[in-house]
Amino acid sequence: MAAIKPKHQRLVLALIALAAILAAGALATWALRNQASYFYVPSEIVANPPDLDRAVRLGGMVEMGSIEMEADGVTIRFVVGDGTARVPVRFKGLAPSLFVEGSGVVAEGKLAKDGTFIADNLLARHDENYVPRELQDMTEHQKDAVISETVGAK
Amino acid sequence: MIAEIGLAALWLAAALAALQLIAGSLSLTGKAESLTGTVRPVAIVQGALALLAFAALIALFARTDLSVKLVAMNSHSAKPLIFKIAAAWGNHEGSMLLWVTVMGLAGAFVAQFERRLPEKTMLATLAGQAFVSLGFYAFLLISSNPFERLNPPAGEGNGLNPLLQDIGLAFHPPTLYLGYVGLSVAFSFAIGALLTRQVGPAFAKAMRPWVLGAWIFLTLGITAGSYWAYYELGWGGWWFWDPVENASLMPWLAATALLHSVSVLASRDALRIWTVMLGVVAFSMSMVGTFLVRSGILTSVHAFAVDPERGSFILVLLAIYIGGALTLFGLRAATVSEGKQFALVSREGALVFNNVMLTAILGIVLFGTLYPLVTEVFDTKVSVGPPYFNPVGAVFFVPMVLILMVGPLLRWRKDSFARIAKVLILPVILMLGAVAVVLGIAEYRGIDGALPFVGIVLAAGLAIASLLPLRERNLLRTPLTTWGMVLAHLGVAVALFGMAVESAYKVEKLVAARVGETTSVGPWKVELRGIEPVPGPNWTAIEADLLASYKGGATSAVKPQSRSFWTPPQMTTESALLTRWNGQLYAVIGDEAQDGRWQLRLWWKPFVTLIWFGGIMIALGGLLSLIGRVAADIRRGVARGRIADRHESRAQ
Amino acid sequence: MSTQGEGRQKISPMAVWLPLFLFGVFFALVIYGLASPASRDVESAMIGKPLPEFALRPAIADRPGLSSSDLSIGEPRLLNIFASWCIPCAIEAPQLETLNAQGIEVVGIAIRDRPDDVAAFLARNGNPFSRIGADDVSAVQLGIGSSGVPETFVIDGNGIILYQHIGVIRREDLPLIMDKLAEAAR
Repeated sequence: MAAIKPKHQRLVLALIALAAILAAGALATWALRNQASYFYVPSEIVANPPDLDRAVRLGGMVEMGSIEMEADGVTIRFVVGDGTARVPVRFKGLAPSLFVEGSGVVAEGKLAKDGTFIADNLLARHDENYVPRELQDMTEHQKDAVISETVGAK
Repeated sequence: MIAEIGLAALWLAAALAALQLIAGSLSLTGKAESLTGTVRPVAIVQGALALLAFAALIALFARTDLSVKLVAMNSHSAKPLIFKIAAAWGNHEGSMLLWVTVMGLAGAFVAQFERRLPEKTMLATLAGQAFVSLGFYAFLLISSNPFERLNPPAGEGNGLNPLLQDIGLAFHPPTLYLGYVGLSVAFSFAIGALLTRQVGPAFAKAMRPWVLGAWIFLTLGITAGSYWAYYELGWGGWWFWDPVENASLMPWLAATALLHSVSVLASRDALRIWTVMLGVVAFSMSMVGTFLVRSGILTSVHAFAVDPERGSFILVLLAIYIGGALTLFGLRAATVSEGKQFALVSREGALVFNNVMLTAILGIVLFGTLYPLVTEVFDTKVSVGPPYFNPVGAVFFVPMVLILMVGPLLRWRKDSFARIAKVLILPVILMLGAVAVVLGIAEYRGIDGALPFVGIVLAAGLAIASLLPLRERNLLRTPLTTWGMVLAHLGVAVALFGMAVESAYKVEKLVAARVGETTSVGPWKVELRGIEPVPGPNWTAIEADLLASYKGGATSAVKPQSRSFWTPPQMTTESALLTRWNGQLYAVIGDEAQDGRWQLRLWWKPFVTLIWFGGIMIALGGLLSLIGRVAADIRRGVARGRIADRHESRAQ
Repeated sequence: MSTQGEGRQKISPMAVWLPLFLFGVFFALVIYGLASPASRDVESAMIGKPLPEFALRPAIADRPGLSSSDLSIGEPRLLNIFASWCIPCAIEAPQLETLNAQGIEVVGIAIRDRPDDVAAFLARNGNPFSRIGADDVSAVQLGIGSSGVPETFVIDGNGIILYQHIGVIRREDLPLIMDKLAEAAR
């Protein structure tokens, strides 16, 4: 190293910096393509299912009367619909307190071979003002139903 | 009456900020030298008035004055006093008032005590500070007046989000705000220095305590926020890479880089342009963070009252300040004269490397956070989570930690690795040992599964390496700033160890248990003794009475709750924690299954508490450095004063 | 990124503008993000459509309840959705009083409320309503496309929804509401 002039050493440093930042940009872009989890509504997931091992999010309304608990007491099954398609969902865990039939939910997880969506996590509304952004683009009536549920509750 | 006093004080403070800006810039251009003397006193009075306005708001909340709209919307007469007071800043208007208050006080402090910089740079700095404050005053007075009256007064207040009714959270946002405001002072210094082209060690020394202070608060804020999310959300995780969390992490990353580059500038007069730019970037990140959180442009798991209109206002301020500052940077950066040279292998070189790595991580976090917005342009909805942030962040974090072990041992200007190779044997041995241990007890689990093990190995090496700067030194005579650095770097190792061990070795158990049933999780046996309703001041809860014993030892009670609040109506999960020196038992109660069993979620999280201990150590390290710096500054100031006195007495 | 220029007299003129450029990209992105989702504005799907059939019991003792037939009797009506537990509703009360004082008939639907609470609310904030129906399960509220409280609808003489006002009626909203009512009377 001692043989290199200070000015050249600075150039090396600058090149390392530039390389690091270019690498960061390239890596980030590449990784985001592969790792970002896409959002589906039921009709999309039925028409155009994602790869089986790919983590995605499914958003829709929990159908009335569809929530069932399995014998182990911690696994629930329910159906998420958007008015045109229905997707059965299985979730093992504690459902959020605002997770109820007839209201909106976003499930994070993967689609299984048999067409069941295996959820690792459920997101329901977090407070009375919070609607998952994805739900905002659902049909007006469904959205209104979600919002009213929360605002109207006493 | 109190509300009117508060509002009047706020208007006056805004007017003074305008005066401070005008007087500062006029005397800077040489058009009105007579105004020069007014700038500092105006800054001080402005700070006092802002404080008065904030005190008025606190008083209104303490008395639950329901004729004030903000109080009626956010508080409730039945709330404990401490939460009434916390409600004052637990909302948008109040938090903005807190922001301008701290900003005003910081400006007053700078005006009163900062005497090292050339007067012109000072004027430019104070004018810059006034310019930033003015935007926030306008924001408050135009679109979010906290003192607005309600006619007729409300009968009862609207309560406060029960998720936010928590002592930790009551002090969490102000902590972050203090950090953001500290960065705004650093920003003003950077603008002042750019305007007058006085980018040098004096500028760095004036800026450094503010960066340090801001960084301490940001560190504490992130640590507290992480712990809050950990026990309050009931999901068992301590970091979700959620936009709100990223919004607090990004300013911290920038401030960490700034903190190190400003040290180089202060002691070696190198990295001039880079430091100025980081000063601008760090404050930009706080504003970008505030914008992302408040505008609701990104989906977050954390409850926040969002308001696109206010978000737009912050965006306008962002455009003016950051766009303006970066334009100024573009115009001036090329004319700032060159700093000192240094070799590739030197303390400066290591710090530059870490700065680059931190910047890369910052870019990765920013890009990942904004990516859902990018894809929305193409009409695709995505969310970005740990599968992206963890491995991609690690690509830059790992080399950073490796250099972090070496950097503090290197000399300034020029050094060689050969000189310090002998010292480094110890950490290398420790890391190899850790590799052996880790490989001995775990099977390979893919890239994601491998990360925690890399973390354990790095933490082991860094823990030793961070202590090495103390070797062969008289510990009593080692400067406080060195102790601070050692403690902060050791804190990084401790936190990293906690994160890695928790990720690698946590045990989770999800069961539906009958009363009287015993279940096990990791080394724990947990018995469900009963389920009871519990009344609270403004909630009722269902509580699980659990009896836990570690490896068959003594038993302790653990009582997780599921609470229902009624103003506003909402359910929350209260996890229960049992802390041992080597980890935590984490228990959450869920719903009742049909047959009288209750859902329980239990985790054994070994060494998880080290994450936040590490965070506190990092902040404490910062505090030691800050005390060391300020004490040295005062000593130097006193000495300079004495010399000046002597000169005067000689002259007489 | 300006490290590459660090220390040299001449810093690349491109490099110093890069941060501003990146900021510009960020700015454009968030502007697009804020502006593009049309769904941010809750446009009612019910405008121009008739009210659904409903009949609500009285919410308080001294006012009759409300049914859809009360809203198609040839005269325009202002229908206000409110609740005693809703603070913003208290804020818009003076505006409803003003409208009522100008001879406009205002009818109300109280959402998920108790008679005593409604009575106390009206005693405190004034009672501009000629009829108040109690909607305990938000059924009517949902049916007419309302998503929260307060909301106000202009209904023409044939029971057709002409206008939906979401949120508090502020003083400056009054002319618009008056216009819509005049339109409804035609």
